[in-house]
Amino acid sequence: MEQKLRIEPITRVEGHGKVTIHLDEDNNVIQSRLHIVEFRGFERFIQGRPYWEAPVLVQRLCGICPVSHHLASAKALDVIAGVGPNGLTPTGEKMRRLMHYGQIFQSHALHFFHLVSPDLLFGINARPEKRNVIEVANEFTELAVQGVMMRKFGQEIIRVTAGKKIHGTGAIPGGINKNLSLEERDLFIKGHGQMNVDKMIEWSKDALRLFKNYHKENRELVDNFAAFPSNHLSLVRKDGALDLYHGVLRAIDENGKKILYDIDYQHYLDYIGEEVKSWSYMKFPFLKSLGKKDGWYRVGPLARLNTCDFIPTPLAQKEFEEYKAYTDGKPNHKSMHMHWARLIETLHAAEVIKDLLYDSDLQGDELVAKGKKSYEGVGLIEAPRGTLFHHYRIDKNDLITMCNLIVSTTNNNEPMNRAVRQVADEMISGQRSIREGMLNAVEVAIRAYDPCLSCATHALGKMPLEISLFDRIGNLLDKKTN
Amino acid sequence: MKKILIYGYGNPGRQDDALGVLLTTKMENWSKKHKLNIIQFDTNYQLNIEDALLISEYDMVIFADASIEEISHYTISRVIPNPKAEFSMHAISPEFVLYLCQKLYNKHPETYLLHLKGYEFEFLSQLTQKAKNNLEMAFGFLTDVLEQSIFPVDLIENYIQDKEELKIN
Repeated sequence: MEQKLRIEPITRVEGHGKVTIHLDEDNNVIQSRLHIVEFRGFERFIQGRPYWEAPVLVQRLCGICPVSHHLASAKALDVIAGVGPNGLTPTGEKMRRLMHYGQIFQSHALHFFHLVSPDLLFGINARPEKRNVIEVANEFTELAVQGVMMRKFGQEIIRVTAGKKIHGTGAIPGGINKNLSLEERDLFIKGHGQMNVDKMIEWSKDALRLFKNYHKENRELVDNFAAFPSNHLSLVRKDGALDLYHGVLRAIDENGKKILYDIDYQHYLDYIGEEVKSWSYMKFPFLKSLGKKDGWYRVGPLARLNTCDFIPTPLAQKEFEEYKAYTDGKPNHKSMHMHWARLIETLHAAEVIKDLLYDSDLQGDELVAKGKKSYEGVGLIEAPRGTLFHHYRIDKNDLITMCNLIVSTTNNNEPMNRAVRQVADEMISGQRSIREGMLNAVEVAIRAYDPCLSCATHALGKMPLEISLFDRIGNLLDKKTN
Repeated sequence: MKKILIYGYGNPGRQDDALGVLLTTKMENWSKKHKLNIIQFDTNYQLNIEDALLISEYDMVIFADASIEEISHYTISRVIPNPKAEFSMHAISPEFVLYLCQKLYNKHPETYLLHLKGYEFEFLSQLTQKAKNNLEMAFGFLTDVLEQSIFPVDLIENYIQDKEELKIN
């Protein structure tokens, strides 16, 4: 008899997603799938709108990472505005970088302190009522407060660079619409209490220490849980440095061999395809040179630290060297090391923010560059969760005729499915019942990717965890809601 | 003098999901007109952990949000802190925000949730007509309450006690 276990949706993962695990009569896993409802309607919605509206309109897509969409869209429209990705004024580019690294910082801090730390502090097999952020607040109050402050710090960076919290207008085609005043800058340098950039760097280092201590005591779990080889893809700076705002597109295979040689992402369609599968609303991107079967890849912190050659800030570089040494300089395929990589990026983001705050270009008044208009542009950015693609074409009336988006979570679609299968095989196969720890293991594997499932609409995004167990002919055997 | 925060959340680019944000904007304009300095305003796409710190600085908080629940026009209810309140990866509930506020900062603001019924959530900036009506009704309710008392806690509590949960049809 085949049984079907559904985990729907995944707790602590935004939007609509469910996991189905098919069991045979001996409770062996015969198939597992992560189903995600992705809202593709936006690409049609934006057609016919003036191109300069896009950086604001795209924020309708997602209430979780609107800044990433805002900037990726603006970068694509820089090309259409004839400025190109490298033609912004120093003030324009650095203000955007500040906004972006603020977004990275707050997103990574939220993920670690309030989503991952319960698993690390209490163990993934701890009871659900124990393994949550409230228990962190109870037993590690200082840590929980730090998480709140780090998130707030990043959010405030976004507010002053984007102009406002909702539907920010900071980035426009060819530049930005405001600089950073000295008063705004001093908020972050001299910030009252602990709200200053030096404290953010210190806390980022503390968070790394917490992870590394956990790793030391739980090496087997952290190194082997949901680990599997893959290709990796990200932007890197032209000299190979980690760069989350701009660069060339690089991909490596599981052994570290370059399979995309630092290409200009304006030509991404020559290298990347998107496969449609009957059982999923979400597409499956792949490298064309390797084909649909073997061309899937990972994006995000793990991929970025695999593809880059170095990190251009000193404290993060030191951590990067230790991280790379752990796998003897070879690509790291360990899913739980995504948290390690994410924390190194958090520290890097704090260092970048500090450097930018002391850069007087941010007080410059040349905000926008101008060029000769073209009719097509591609913008890529390394969003917190991975590479984000925005591609637009416009007509002679400046109206958008085509939009194609590949969001980070879509890029990680196949890897997340592989992670689920890996955990299902190891922890669920052969079992006669499904324990909470097993279900949480599946969630932990997916959570490592920090997926954002594009549910921008707050009111619709409220769904409890529901678990349903079916037999081979679709009879409901069991149903649980948390 | 009590400090009051009115905090609307939702995505204004997704039709009726804008209700909480639009109500807050209307209230802010009304407050400026009447020079009510004790009331502060904030908006965002979602509630999140840093809002625990924000609300800790106020004596009274009124959250405003769109709702797809089976309510008529709008409801207001007292927010009861709840550690088990549903929260997904990147957004949390008012109950959870309040609980976190109490846990981390030992502050206990009087907190209410004003739910406004929404109907459509497409990629549009304009409310549906029915949502517009609900917005006006909720605005009328809130301004009435605030006009009658600079300390509206007792007034709202009376409404809730009288009717268990205030529903205006």
